Amino acid sequence: MTTTSETGTPEAFQPADNGAGKAASYAAASEWRLMWYKFSRHRLAVICGIIVLLLYVVAAFVEFVAPYDPEAQNPASAYQAPTRIHFVDADGQFHLRPFVYGTSSQRNLDTFELEFVEDTSARHHLSLFVQGDDYRLWGLFPSNLHLFGVEDADARVYLLGADRQGRDLLSRIIHGTRLSMSIGLAGVVMSFFIGIVVGGVSGYFGGTIDIVTQRIIEFVRSMPTIPLWLGLAAALPSNWSVMQVYFAITVILSLIGWTGLAQVVRGRALALREEDFIMAARLCGTSRTRIIFKHMVPSFMSHIIAALTLAVPEMIIAETALSFLGLGLRYPAISWGVLLQEAQNLRSVALAPWLLAPGAMVVIAVLALNFLGDGLRDAADPYRR
Amino acid sequence: MAGYVLQRLLLVIPTVFVISIITFVIIQLPPGDFLTSYIATLESGGQVVDQAQIDALRAQYGLGEPVYVQYWKWVVGVLSGDFGHSFQWKRPVVDLIGERMALTIALSVASLLLVWAISLPIGIYSAVRQYSPGDYFFTFISFVGLGVPNFLFALVLMWWAYSQFGMSVGGLFSPQYADAPWSLAKVLDFLSHLWIPAAVLAIGGIAGLIRIMRANLLDELPKLYVTTARAKGMGETSLVLKYPVRVALNPFVSTIGWTLPGLVSGSIIVSVVLNLPTTGPMLLTALQSQDMYLAGAILLMLSILTVIGTLISDVLLAWLDPRIRFN
Repeated sequence: MTTTSETGTPEAFQPADNGAGKAASYAAASEWRLMWYKFSRHRLAVICGIIVLLLYVVAAFVEFVAPYDPEAQNPASAYQAPTRIHFVDADGQFHLRPFVYGTSSQRNLDTFELEFVEDTSARHHLSLFVQGDDYRLWGLFPSNLHLFGVEDADARVYLLGADRQGRDLLSRIIHGTRLSMSIGLAGVVMSFFIGIVVGGVSGYFGGTIDIVTQRIIEFVRSMPTIPLWLGLAAALPSNWSVMQVYFAITVILSLIGWTGLAQVVRGRALALREEDFIMAARLCGTSRTRIIFKHMVPSFMSHIIAALTLAVPEMIIAETALSFLGLGLRYPAISWGVLLQEAQNLRSVALAPWLLAPGAMVVIAVLALNFLGDGLRDAADPYRR
Repeated sequence: MAGYVLQRLLLVIPTVFVISIITFVIIQLPPGDFLTSYIATLESGGQVVDQAQIDALRAQYGLGEPVYVQYWKWVVGVLSGDFGHSFQWKRPVVDLIGERMALTIALSVASLLLVWAISLPIGIYSAVRQYSPGDYFFTFISFVGLGVPNFLFALVLMWWAYSQFGMSVGGLFSPQYADAPWSLAKVLDFLSHLWIPAAVLAIGGIAGLIRIMRANLLDELPKLYVTTARAKGMGETSLVLKYPVRVALNPFVSTIGWTLPGLVSGSIIVSVVLNLPTTGPMLLTALQSQDMYLAGAILLMLSILTVIGTLISDVLLAWLDPRIRFN
């Protein structure tokens, strides 16, 4: 007999594109494994998942990944253009290790702008794990090791250029990753709690409770969100510390962002209520709490994870917008939105277009999270074609 | 139909009531009242504070009285067209926001029309030619459009126009018309400036609606009534436009409910970036300087604008779909 009859799986349930050996494992696979199969077929989602993972790893080790202290000022290199990385030196010789030339600046007496000239007399090789500015990892462990940089402390390499005060933009963007990426997570966790309670109650009990909560959700959704954020954020006292403001902004974002999650939870709970296995559990006399936590929650967990992933980018955009307008996080906090404030002035952007780079990071993070969430949503229901 | 519209109209009243409460709470949130900071500004400027005038203002707005009394005075004022006084501009709020509100509405409506005009044909095309290169192209574009916040678009556009052509794409009027009274020439000038911010604002909405239109139409196309019409020899174009598109249009209309709040919201930040004479920049400065009656009036008007938009979408939907009309 064939493998099919041994595993007891009818021919029709086998995915067409799998070999015989994989088909057997496919039929016996758990639900989560099936989801993984389906997710990994979505190439773009997997790539974006890796990007998101990288961003969070960077966010965890910003002090180490950033080549310089984000607050280290250097007036002589204000608005210095991104340093060019060379493989071929001025004499036309090829070097396997990338290097940069030192830069000297002088003020043009006609335009009063700083002009930068590459000094080709000395090469500075880029290397990994160099000693540089001192820092404390997570504010605890003192170190001066950086992922990459130039060994010569006199030469500074600005891979993404420098800002108005000659601070390294790349280091600042990397430091901004921590707040920008984590505020999305924190906000989502908070709106998840509101959403799961409101949506779960509404979907499980139905009836009048459901109608009332639906009206409330519709009402919140019909409010224009950005004016509300602005109004609430403007009410934060100006003497609050970075942590207090961060926490308050998270609360504001989640207060307005919970409705989408509540609707997902409610929709799933309503659909599950009608399922045979819930009915069976109820007929067996299973308690209400046990039905909810043992049977319902595991079967909509995957949908929740997908919805959460799709909610993170909205929060990131919201934080960026608030900070950009000067009502969100503020100096000395560093987030992508705070960095973008410098790009508000058209003249400085025209002079130093690399000031828009934090915006590019926002786009990358948001797109990656969107595609990842899309892949997760498709994979959340592995039995659907 | 009339009964349904009446029912929806009645629902607007409690909604607006709750919105007015939320707005009032928000403008009350900052510590201290605005008169105190107003007096402080006057005194630091070396001006003499007229105690009689202060007392009159205090009585007029019910400051120092319980919050609900203040709220009541505010609401009664708003209902009779008095939105209070802007302390930053030293003028009645009504005079300040009138024209800006009109421009905000014009901008939002223009981008809403743009959203529809662009996303409808592209959505139909993407669904009818599913998995064609054109479909992949538009799918990709719409994902990018959804992912990029529109104020970033505005920022990049400003930089690009400035560095390429040395001109600013901001504003809604040419300099010679900015303070001129309204005339035909000014309207034409306005229209020629309007499309840039409207397009920037519309990008996110277009991307979202293309996705929705495509998904809806893809649900309808394999249905049997389409096959029947095709079997009877009906032309493909008129078939698609006459039957499945009309059904798929249904959720399309219902999304005004969230497209319009999105556009109104987005217009605030885009207006700040593009320096438009709409309510956006004024709301921002009013919030920053705690000019509470100005901020409150703008918040209230913007929220009411979206409530009206939702109402229109509900009525349109009932007109389009008899199932909703007859409940």
